[in-house]
Formats: sequence, C-alpha cells, structure tokens
Amino acid sequence: MAAYPDNLHYTKDHEWIRVEGEIGTIGITDFAQEQLGDVVHVQLPRVGEKFEAHDTFGEVESVKTFSELYIPVSGEVAEINEALADAPELVNTNPYDAGWMIKIKISDPGEIDSLLSASEYEDFVESQKEE
Amino acid sequence: MSQLKKTSLNEAHRKLGGRMIDFGGWEMPVQYAAGTIEEHLAVRTAAGVFDVSHMGEIEIHGPQSLDLVQHVTTNDASKLSDGQAQYSALTYPEGTFVDDVLVHRFAADHYFLCVNASNTDKDFDWIRSHASVFDAEVANSSANYTQLAIQGPKALETLQPLVEVDLGAIKYYWFTRGQVDGVPAIIARTGYTGEDGFEIYFDPRESARIWNRILDAGKPIGILPCGLAARNTLRLEARMALYGNDIDDTTSVLEADLGWICKLNKGNFIGRDRLTGQKEKGVARKLVGFEVIDKGIARDHYPIFIDGREVGMVTSGSPAPFLKKNIGLAYLPIERTEIGTKFEVDVRGRRLAAQVVQTPFYKRSR
Repeated sequence: MAAYPDNLHYTKDHEWIRVEGEIGTIGITDFAQEQLGDVVHVQLPRVGEKFEAHDTFGEVESVKTFSELYIPVSGEVAEINEALADAPELVNTNPYDAGWMIKIKISDPGEIDSLLSASEYEDFVESQKEE
Repeated sequence: MSQLKKTSLNEAHRKLGGRMIDFGGWEMPVQYAAGTIEEHLAVRTAAGVFDVSHMGEIEIHGPQSLDLVQHVTTNDASKLSDGQAQYSALTYPEGTFVDDVLVHRFAADHYFLCVNASNTDKDFDWIRSHASVFDAEVANSSANYTQLAIQGPKALETLQPLVEVDLGAIKYYWFTRGQVDGVPAIIARTGYTGEDGFEIYFDPRESARIWNRILDAGKPIGILPCGLAARNTLRLEARMALYGNDIDDTTSVLEADLGWICKLNKGNFIGRDRLTGQKEKGVARKLVGFEVIDKGIARDHYPIFIDGREVGMVTSGSPAPFLKKNIGLAYLPIERTEIGTKFEVDVRGRRLAAQVVQTPFYKRSR
C-alpha cells in the first residue's frame, strides 16, 4: 500500500479526505498513525454535527500520547466509523480504509482545492522529518 | 539530534524499525515495528528484550565500601551477601531522592550500583562528595557496560541455552558472574517490568552479537525487542516508581510509600533525621495508585481535584495494555489515600472520576 494514496486529499494536520460526490470520508494519514503509535481510543462527533474547515472534530488517543482531529473542509457529519469503538487499532493497521473516522456532507466543494495532493503532502512530511 | 548519546545498539534498533527519540539526552527506541501494546503483551506472556545500556553503573571499591554505601543509601546494605542485590534510594538530607538505585554486592570491598541514565553524573558526583571520609574509591564505569533486560515468563528458557550457569539457581534479586555466548557478563535476576527475568551487563563491543543471539534464541517463543514506551507501561502496571515522574528531589522516600527501603534503624545515613521525623509524625501526602472510572486516559501532570479543590497531580498516567484499564500514580493528601477514595482528574478540561486502588495493579503468578 502506498504510504499516501493518490486519490486522496491531505492537510498539514495529517488528515486525509476521499471525495465521492458530495460525501467526503476522513481519516488520519499513515505518517500520523505511525507518530502516534498504538491507538487505544478515538473520540468522534455525533451524526448531524456541523463543522467549519479546520475545526476540531474529535480526538485520537494512543498509549503514549493524544492528538486533536481537524476537519479538512466544512461539512455536516453523515456517518461515523462505529467499528473504531471496539477496534481503534484499525487506525494503525488500515489508516486509509477500515480505519476511516467520519463521513461528511461537504458544504463547500471549492475548499477541496486548497488541500494538498499526495505528492505535496509527501514533500511536506519529508520536510517535517528533516527538522 | 546530533548531540544525543547513543548506545552501542543504535544501528541494531534502527534495523528493527525502532522509532528513536530523545530520552534524557540519549537516542533510544521508544518502540519497534510491532508497537507498544504487542511489546508489552510479549513480556507478560512470553519474553521481551530491552536495551537499557543508557542506565548508569557506579562502582565502589575499598575496605570501607559498605560504610559509604550505608551512608548514602536508605536501605540496609549490610544485609546483602556476595551476589545479592537490593532496591534502594540515594537521598538528600531532606529525605528526598537523589535517585533510586539497585545496589549489588560483589564482595565486602566491592559494590555495584545501577542508576538512572540521566542521573548518572549527578549520582557519581554526589557519592564521591561523601566518599572522602571513607576508605573507598568511587568510579563511574557506565561506559564499560552494555545492559540488556530479558523479561517475561519465558525469559529463563530463552536465555538458558546461551549461558553455562544454571539460571534457575539464581534467586530473585541475586546475581552471578558468568558468560553469555562466551562473553563474560554479570547476570542478575532483576528487572523493571513486574515479570521474572534477567538483566545482563557486559562489554559493549559484543553488544550487537549478543543482542541478535538473544533475539534468535527467543524466536520460537515469540520474543520481541521492546522500547521505552513498553518499559514504561510495564513498570507502571507493576507500580514501580520512575525517577523524574513519581519520585525526585522534592518527594521523600516515605511520601513515595517506599518505607520498605527506608531502614531507619540501620545506623546513620544522609536523610535519616528527616525521614525519622516523617515516620513519627506521619507524612502529609502519599503516592497512590488509581484507576480512571470514566472513559478516558489520565496522563502525566494532569491535575487532580477533590471537592472542587486542586489537591495534586498525576505523576504517571497511561493506558495499561495488559490490564486494559486506564491507570496512574499520584500524590494525594494522606487523608485521601485510602483504597476506594474517589477523586477527579482534569483531562484537558473534562473532569473524569477516578479512585484509589490497591497496588501493584498487576502481580505475576509465581
């Protein structure tokens, strides 16, 4: 599996979003899950909650640390990944598929353009690593 | 990262997917490819191996070695036989910690202290500053030793094929000189995980070979290399204190609930007067173990509240991978330290219920 699949859009906060029509599926990147280590809890919002781009929509806790989750684009929560309640490790083992976190109804598709492509995100991660 | 000190196994850790972090000035693996939870569980159910070469070794030689050790530590080293070790504390006159240490007696005129990495220089200077009135020499021999910890219920069967001595004959907190795969080593039945296991000390030039031999020998039982994160969760489940978190120069040995290493009747030692006073009057606060009742993780330094008043803070807090609970240690006012006492932890603005519980949280079956 590619570390950063080409069909996703990325943020500098290490979230990804997959856009299918008006629905966006959101999770954290392989780099983010690796930095966190073993995930033990994911705090997610309720279906129907509305967020503006960059708002905190939840929190992910690992054995060692925790991190806030930032929404890449504005929208309303349409679905949450219930499987993470019992199997938070899916975020580690499968960050781009089974480890997804929420699906939203995107309110402004124009915001997608401001996100990073896979190669841009990869460059960003590399620049972070060098620091 | 160029200033960080490296152990002789730095390259080996990287090859195993070790994620390296700055730990008190040392570049050490926080975890390997398997991850902290699997590493932790390997030690509870099979075996794990840790590079703990960052730990310091201070040796005391000379006819009055015992007198010096007795003067600077709280436990009674006169009770040790050759080949025996004890947990102890180096204390300031205030009865607070310079460090917590393992004292090994090689002979009446030779003691060997294993000390915390980041405290090595401080400990060495401290002991040496009190050595002048004794006929004893103090040496910092940390650079002479690689230290590996092989821990877990299957540590013995993993290590036995590599050594000629009968490991089963070494009692808990005893040690012997022997060879590991032909390399002279100190082999001690000690550890910091709450499991059976061994800590071995040997020439750093042999590190990579011995490390790989142990990993190979442990392959059939599923041994894993383990990083600092698993070391921390394992010691916390076993309620072993961590210097810098649970104990330091502001906390007394009695406040840390380590009265069992405080032998006030052994004769004079640094801190004895203050500790004797604390023992007579009672301490105002004590280190206790707790479990978070609500859903959430109390982490290091989170404040603790009782009846809306801040009364302390979490000194170590983490998910416990084997117990599958969220646990921690904290200093609480003495009147609030009874088992079952409820309090609140402020987890980033949320007040979560927690309660004082019996420790150790985890105790192995023998």
